[in-house]
Amino acid sequence: MTTLNGLAAISVAYVLLLFAVAFVAERVAWRGHGRWLSAPVIYTLSLSIYCTAWTFYGAVGSAARNGFEYLTIYLGPSLVMIGWWWGLRKLVRIGRSNRITSIADLLSSRYGKSNLLGIGVTILAVVGTTPYIALQLQSVTLSVEAFASVDPETAGQGRHTALWVALGLALFTVIFGTRSLDANERHHGVVMAIAVEAVVKLAALLAVGVFVVWGLSGGVGATLARIDASPLADWTVPGGRWAGLTLLSAAAFLCLPRMFQVLVVENDNDAQLRMAAWAFPLYLMLMSLFIVPIAVVGLEMLPPGSNPDLFVLTLPLSQGRDGLAVMSFLGGFSSATSMVIVAAIALSTMVSNHVVMPLWLHYREGGASVSGDVRNVVLLSRRLSIAGVLALGYLYYKLSGGGEALAVIGLVSFTGVAQVLPAMMAGLFWRGATRNGALAGLSVGFAVWLYTLYLPSLGTGSVLPPSFFSEGPLGLAWLRPDALFGIGGLDPLMHAVLWSLLLNTLVFFTVSLLSFPSPLERLQGAQFVSIQQTPGRARRWTGGVAEAEDLMVMTQRILGAPEAHALFLREAQKQGMPGPLPEPTADFLETLERELAGSVGAATAHAMVSQIVGGSAVSVEDLMAVADETQQMVEYSARLEAQSQELTRTARQLREANRKLTQLSVQKDAFLSQISHELRTPMTSIRAFSEILRDGDGLGPEEQTRYASIIHDESLRLTRLLDDLLDLSVLENGQVSLNMRDGRLSDLLDRAVAAAAASDEGSGLRIVRVEADEDHWLYTDIDRLSQVFINLIANARKYCDADAPSLEIRVCEEGGDLVIDFIDNGTGVATEAQEMIFEKFARVSDREAGGAGLGLAISRQIMTRLGGAISYLPGQGGAAFRVVLPQAAALAAQ
Amino acid sequence: MGGHVLLIEDEPNIIEAIRFILSREGWRVHTHSDGRSAVDVVRERAPDVLILDVMLPGRSGYDILRDLRGDPATAGLKVLMLTARGQNRDREMAEQVGVNMFMTKPFSNAEVLEAVRTLSAP
Repeated sequence: MTTLNGLAAISVAYVLLLFAVAFVAERVAWRGHGRWLSAPVIYTLSLSIYCTAWTFYGAVGSAARNGFEYLTIYLGPSLVMIGWWWGLRKLVRIGRSNRITSIADLLSSRYGKSNLLGIGVTILAVVGTTPYIALQLQSVTLSVEAFASVDPETAGQGRHTALWVALGLALFTVIFGTRSLDANERHHGVVMAIAVEAVVKLAALLAVGVFVVWGLSGGVGATLARIDASPLADWTVPGGRWAGLTLLSAAAFLCLPRMFQVLVVENDNDAQLRMAAWAFPLYLMLMSLFIVPIAVVGLEMLPPGSNPDLFVLTLPLSQGRDGLAVMSFLGGFSSATSMVIVAAIALSTMVSNHVVMPLWLHYREGGASVSGDVRNVVLLSRRLSIAGVLALGYLYYKLSGGGEALAVIGLVSFTGVAQVLPAMMAGLFWRGATRNGALAGLSVGFAVWLYTLYLPSLGTGSVLPPSFFSEGPLGLAWLRPDALFGIGGLDPLMHAVLWSLLLNTLVFFTVSLLSFPSPLERLQGAQFVSIQQTPGRARRWTGGVAEAEDLMVMTQRILGAPEAHALFLREAQKQGMPGPLPEPTADFLETLERELAGSVGAATAHAMVSQIVGGSAVSVEDLMAVADETQQMVEYSARLEAQSQELTRTARQLREANRKLTQLSVQKDAFLSQISHELRTPMTSIRAFSEILRDGDGLGPEEQTRYASIIHDESLRLTRLLDDLLDLSVLENGQVSLNMRDGRLSDLLDRAVAAAAASDEGSGLRIVRVEADEDHWLYTDIDRLSQVFINLIANARKYCDADAPSLEIRVCEEGGDLVIDFIDNGTGVATEAQEMIFEKFARVSDREAGGAGLGLAISRQIMTRLGGAISYLPGQGGAAFRVVLPQAAALAAQ
Repeated sequence: MGGHVLLIEDEPNIIEAIRFILSREGWRVHTHSDGRSAVDVVRERAPDVLILDVMLPGRSGYDILRDLRGDPATAGLKVLMLTARGQNRDREMAEQVGVNMFMTKPFSNAEVLEAVRTLSAP
């Protein structure tokens, strides 16, 4: 009899052996002799962590309960390996070339380095893997209890097995999973140990199988007869569930964090994958070979009620074959430990890289940091994450009571991680997939999985109240966790798989099509999708001279030939080289990069130099940095352009100012010329007639009188002109003082009409007024206003060319303003001249009339000073002027 | 004496003064005061001397003179130009269009008489 203590001793010894294997492998790899560690066979064997304790023990249990259904779990991965190796190759290549460290990293990278997505996948993975780890703990505990039940003395001692196993595994994982920090997250020691475990579990299962078939059952023929006689023979294949389970296991094979770890992260080259493509299905086939015989014989031979999940162990035990039982135990132990170790490593990488480190970097800001600082933090966060992951697994194990069939727990886990599948697959093959789509799809799938499968798996009533299952939440029957949208009657697992993946995919594609990817997303998408067109065959320069020449050619393009030659010669001399080309040493390359950076920016310089020297592909980060630089240059040139526009604008303003000054100068010249004309004309008459009078011979008295009066009139004209000019000047300069007082409008008009008539006799202008309308009191400068009226009436006398000239003066109120219109019955002012007439010296009439053409200019100035306006009123037949007095002037006196 | 003078001027008092000065010395004086029809009147009257004001209603004296110089019939006409603006630019303009004599208002009666005599001399 093997005692529990004995069993514990054997387990510890086995673990120590694994330690040794892992340790040696690490040392060998560290010394650089580890080529054989990358052997395809080791890679293939490491894939066997797919076969966990669930497969080792649970497959027999599943066969005993559900017949051949357990085969689907092997079928999915086999189909992937055989039928989709090209897709796997693409996935693995992407993983290698982008240094992908986990499935969370893959999705995060693909969708524009989205940390949010990384966190989401990490949470999903942790939550999805937790039941699986619990499953392993449970299987080890059950197997220990199986031994204990045979040995009455130690019965009940295995109570804390799960805790001890969890602690032990945490220790092992911490020691081997976080020994070093490799950029590629490769763990040669762990992989080697797992390969050994793969051999142990296969050997154990085969040994038990051989014992059962030939030792117990009596050969192949007898076993086949037993199978025919067993309930398994009557078992029929439910097609839908089979297809669903096969699909699910295929998806899980790709999406499980631990599978991604060994399949993609630990992969070294394509050769490994080529072998795994046929060898791994073979391994799975061997693992499944004796499942049915063991199940059938177990059902037949062991007492009814025995747990079929433990037949692998209890069959040898019942026959007293302790050695075989211990081997079987080690097989199961191997399955459990290898799964937990790799899963914990994969999950801790995700938690550390996507949750802990971003948080730490965020809160660390400002604090001093040494270079070793980050490394220690990373290691610590990895170790704590591993402990946390195992603690979660243990907690789930305790919560779920450890009573459920193993296979069911495994499928819960499978369905959870399968939610990553749509975003991952589309990310590899469809450029249109976007971060928002991935986030939305994942969230929806995760939520549906939690609600329909995960929470119910903890047991009805533990988290979700029983009423949820009978009536639905809040009585909404269509939201029942096992019959969403009222579609009941389905197997709960298939129900959850169907809805979670269907809604996930639907939301993912819809949101992807509706959202627009960021530039980095598009770059990453293109790189991921098209990776097979550009396999990682890097260009390599072998000779140092060739490199130097290439660098020279590039430098010439950027700096120009003379500078490039000078730079290279200087460096060559510094190195003591005979020729003009220096060795591409690190120092030289640094100098060169610095020189180039001055012209094209640091990022571009780095990308160019490393492209030539390293022959390495330029990474997306490099490209983005180049784009940033280009952006800065664009901004700089935009600023220059803005400045140049500013200058252009200033120049235009100066030109405009100059034009105005020139115009003013021209106007001033024209004004002086006008004044000259207006002054000289009367002076000419005065001079001419005074000379005539002076010379006086033969002039009659009538002529003498006439000429004297001409001289007199012209003198008055001169005086008037000077008065007007002075008046205008005062008004224009704003120096005028207004003499405000009350007055009646009708009186004002009376005086204006009289004054205009007095100044120019002989004109038969008839003036039409409506006295009743003129009854307004004004408070304004009465004299100035009457000056305006006199001017308007005088103009009508001078310029109205009607046969019976008449002027109508209309008064009315408009919007509170007082409006006085002067409209004559002549031909009026031509449209083009209507505004011009208010300018100085603007006489448009051909008719001979006195005045220098300043009247309307003065009137406009006066009206402006009085706060009113004067304007030409077009469309009235004759000449029409409108004088508007503001409300204040019109009403203040009332 | 007794030559024929055509005066194109729009100020009535100046017309009267010049007419008085010249006719007292035996000149036949015709007058016209509109710029637009001035060229036709000159052709029709064919004076010995033309006295031309610059600022005329409808058309400037410069334009009228340019037309006259462009027509062979009047190209050789003797022209005395009178202007009240009296800036250098006006003199230059007048010389450009081919004036014979240029005088700024106000003028002395004797000068006008002398100018007309000079111009009408063969």
